[in-house]
Amino acid sequence: MSARRAGRPADRTLEFPDVTDLADPLLVVNDLHTSFRTGRGTVHAVDGVSLTVGRGKTLGIVGESGSGKTVLARSIMGLLPTRDVIRSGTVLFAGHEMTTMAPAQLRQVWGAQMSMIFQDPMTALNPVVRIGRQITDSLRLHLRLDRREAHTTAVELLRSVGIPSPEERARWYPFQLSGGMRQRVMIAIALACAPRLVLADEPTTGLDVSVQAQILDLLEAMQSERHMAVVLVTHDLGVVAKRADEIAVMYAGRIVERAPTRTLFAHTHMPYTRALMDSIPRLANPSGTRLQAIAGRPPDLIHPPKGCRFAPRCPYAQDKCRESDPPLRTAASSDHVFACWFPLVDRMPADGSAKSSASAVDYEAPSS
Amino acid sequence: MLSYVLKRLAQLVVVAFIISVLVFLLVHLLPGDPTSIILGGNDTAANRQILLHQLGLNTPIYHQYWIWLIHALHGNLGQSYLTRETVGHVIASGFPIDVELIIISQVVAFAVAIPVALITARRPNRPLDNIATTGTFGLLALPPFLIAPILVAIFAVGLHWFPATGYVPFSQNPATNLHDMILPGLALTAGSIAVYYRLLRSDLIMTLQEDFITMARSKGLSDRRIMMRQAFRPSTFSLLAVAGVNIGALLAGTFIVEYLFAMPGLGYSIVQAVQQRDYLIVQGIALVVAIAYVVLQFIIDFLFTVVDPRVTRE
Amino acid sequence: MADERKLHSPGVSSSLGIFPGQTPPLVVATALADPPVDDDILAKRPLGALFWFALVWVAVVASMAIIANWLPLPNPNHQNYTAINASPGIHHILGTDDLGRDLLSRIIFGARVSLVVGFASVAIGMLIGGTLGLISGFKGGRLDVALNAGSFVILAFPAIVAVIAIVAFWGQTLAKITIIIGVGTVPIMFRVVRASSLAFANRDFVIAARTLGATGTRIVFREILPNVMPAAVSFGLITVAGVIVLEGSLAFLGLSVALPTPSWGNLIAEGTANGNLSINPYILMWPALAMFLLLLSINLIGDRLRQRFDVREGLL
Ligand SMILES: Nc1ncnc2c1ncn2[C@@H]1O[C@H](COP(=O)(O)OP(=O)(O)OP(=O)(O)O)[C@@H](O)[C@H]1O
Ligand code: SF4
Ligand SMILES: [Mg+2]
Repeated sequence: MSARRAGRPADRTLEFPDVTDLADPLLVVNDLHTSFRTGRGTVHAVDGVSLTVGRGKTLGIVGESGSGKTVLARSIMGLLPTRDVIRSGTVLFAGHEMTTMAPAQLRQVWGAQMSMIFQDPMTALNPVVRIGRQITDSLRLHLRLDRREAHTTAVELLRSVGIPSPEERARWYPFQLSGGMRQRVMIAIALACAPRLVLADEPTTGLDVSVQAQILDLLEAMQSERHMAVVLVTHDLGVVAKRADEIAVMYAGRIVERAPTRTLFAHTHMPYTRALMDSIPRLANPSGTRLQAIAGRPPDLIHPPKGCRFAPRCPYAQDKCRESDPPLRTAASSDHVFACWFPLVDRMPADGSAKSSASAVDYEAPSS
Repeated sequence: MLSYVLKRLAQLVVVAFIISVLVFLLVHLLPGDPTSIILGGNDTAANRQILLHQLGLNTPIYHQYWIWLIHALHGNLGQSYLTRETVGHVIASGFPIDVELIIISQVVAFAVAIPVALITARRPNRPLDNIATTGTFGLLALPPFLIAPILVAIFAVGLHWFPATGYVPFSQNPATNLHDMILPGLALTAGSIAVYYRLLRSDLIMTLQEDFITMARSKGLSDRRIMMRQAFRPSTFSLLAVAGVNIGALLAGTFIVEYLFAMPGLGYSIVQAVQQRDYLIVQGIALVVAIAYVVLQFIIDFLFTVVDPRVTRE
Repeated sequence: MADERKLHSPGVSSSLGIFPGQTPPLVVATALADPPVDDDILAKRPLGALFWFALVWVAVVASMAIIANWLPLPNPNHQNYTAINASPGIHHILGTDDLGRDLLSRIIFGARVSLVVGFASVAIGMLIGGTLGLISGFKGGRLDVALNAGSFVILAFPAIVAVIAIVAFWGQTLAKITIIIGVGTVPIMFRVVRASSLAFANRDFVIAARTLGATGTRIVFREILPNVMPAAVSFGLITVAGVIVLEGSLAFLGLSVALPTPSWGNLIAEGTANGNLSINPYILMWPALAMFLLLLSINLIGDRLRQRFDVREGLL
């Protein structure tokens, strides 16, 4: 880098001091909005999301398909298409504001400090590039390793994510690997430069159940080993029940309830959260028990309904719900927020149909 | 691998055989023969019979083919009825011209199309892309016989940079040869540029929407690096396939340029020979073209396996 | 995985070049390979002024060619020795050639040849090749294998040789040239239609029709044909451009319609012939410009139509 270029703000090297106050959150997202201009209208995919992730902590983001989880994760990272996208709000990562960063600075964060595990291991690996090189790419770029060091490190990474005979596999192409193996490779890529934050976007969708648990366990092991924070995105509350420190439930582009995991399960306020809980496969149930799917479809994000967005599907909806939008409110404990006019706790004694409070322990992800 | 090569060789032999039969039938079954041209003023019925006999053209057609085949298998493709030049010699002097024309036009086409596509595909439908894409329509509407006079008017007549016509074999004077070949090569290149550019651009745009590109971005790789090392290779399949077709069509398809620039290439030689009923020349060149075509497809198939590891030779 | 590559395998697209040295068959392949994503981006855009200009130009050329006999034009073959190589002016709007023939008149009458050869021969190719491709792609089996292998062999054949040989010895009339070239485009149309027919033969709605007991003929004509049409039409247009170029190339070899009948190819060849280029560049310039604009227009129309059609296809 020449002196002239180093002087340009866009190219200035970002500082990520190691010693920081551990209580200081790693990621603070405030009022994030992302919309896409499309031929049919503007899709408000993320609509005013705020959240916080502590260093080394795990935040689970749960919601149905289409609720905007992927867009949220990509908005946090700044990995959005360049055209027809409107984003506002702030994303403070380790003291740096990501939303105003120049592309060159973003590239210093991406892969090095913050990385992403993609939803679909079948499409997220380059089909014509050997997996070894897909890992060494960022090692060479961010850690400035030479070819041989990078290769050795990549092999070690493959070994640590449980790929047998990694020396040989490094020379393979993605199509030669099974889905589970590819997801392991993706994790190896994401973890290569020991980032502080990993955004795992449904890392186990499309894998069979026993492999799912393995992958999640692997992620958890890597996380505690490296003291990374993880944002674990999933549509399955069961997946995050045991693994997340805190859970944010997303519906139609918004966070409708957020609480530490235990609190969320013990004092569920939102009917939507409850509905998600009821759709978790439980070990206790005989296999073949039909899960209670949530009736109805998520709302149109181009013209979201007036009032509470869940109202058309909510069994407890009342006129007020259809009239005005419930704001995000604080529950009994200050770290628990929810958006509902008629939270379940208030109604619990009167409403016999609601189940007694559940605990997170009931909701184990199936594991082998 | 060995069985693959053998299979390909078998294919080559079969195609070459069929082509030779077809060409043989084509030129022999149509009315007319070379005698009237050879005899000129002495075109009497008696003379004609004698000449047909001498040329071996009075026997049944399958017999003629058999004779030709036996000789061809011994490496003897005969000689021109008119000039007495051996067919082998016509091919040996003409083939390099076609090859050189094709190489020049294709190198230029790729050298223009690839970088421009790599630049414009990043921002589709922006002004730069629109200019380039519209430009390709212009190039497509310029067949060689329209480009050639323009090139000649500008670079030969106007600027005197290149000769308007003429040809010196490469072996005689490589510098002059290359110099003479540039305008004809350029006359052939316009269509290829347009086709390659549009194909690569649209495949690149498609590739850039892939998850693995977002993945590459998420690693912090620069846009430039992503274009070159992640997006380019998976976007070249159709380009390769079409380049194969295009180059195949240029084999003996350069006749119009060879005619305009007065170059004795295979393309023009075969066209001329057809018109003069110089059977042996037509057969010999057609055979070479067919073999070159099959070999070309073989090379393209091989390149597929290089570009995409998923393609295996079955 | 191997399946994915099918569309890209040389087998499919290699099929498309039949006239050596012509680029248009490749555009056919381009059109095949253009991804839906790209189209999607473009689809929302209107057809555009350029498209309408193109359409107007083709319409103008076509109607002039049709009503040429009733236009107040001098006979295109009339040699006016008092006005040799006249510059454009009131008497001869575009000037005259080295034999004093009116260039405007020759161009308008010449358009007939270019348009008839272009469109009629592709129509022939479409009728024969398209039908074969439709059936071959739908039925598959031995017939398909045979036709496919046949097209590979034909590709290895320098087709221009066949065209030249037959034109040279059968005759240089408009009808004969049209038929010969038309038969020459059969393999192109076969390959294109076969490829898309193959793609549709396994689509849900076709399978559904089959299980409902529809007959093969009915499926081919009611279900597959309408879906294959868009591709066939836009490829067809691009092939028209290719054939117009081919007529031009044949003219240089003296193998277009017999002189002195004007065709754009003949006019361009005359324009470049012995010294005309330096003495009277108009002889070349006008027909060259006319052909350039016609090819540009046809390619543009074909391309825009393809984008439109593909969108509809995507909505299926
Ligand atoms: N590039 C885009 N252009 C337009 N709309 C988009 C775009 N990307 C996402 N959307 C829309 O944003 C909404 C949220 O999508 P998103 O992919 O974030 O959902 P998700 O919660 O990740 O769902 P899934 O579980 O299926 O992955 C969807 O309605 C989707 O159609
Ligand atoms: S606000 Fe009303 S409609 Fe919305 S979740 Fe609460 S009870 Fe249901
Ligand atoms: Mg998602």
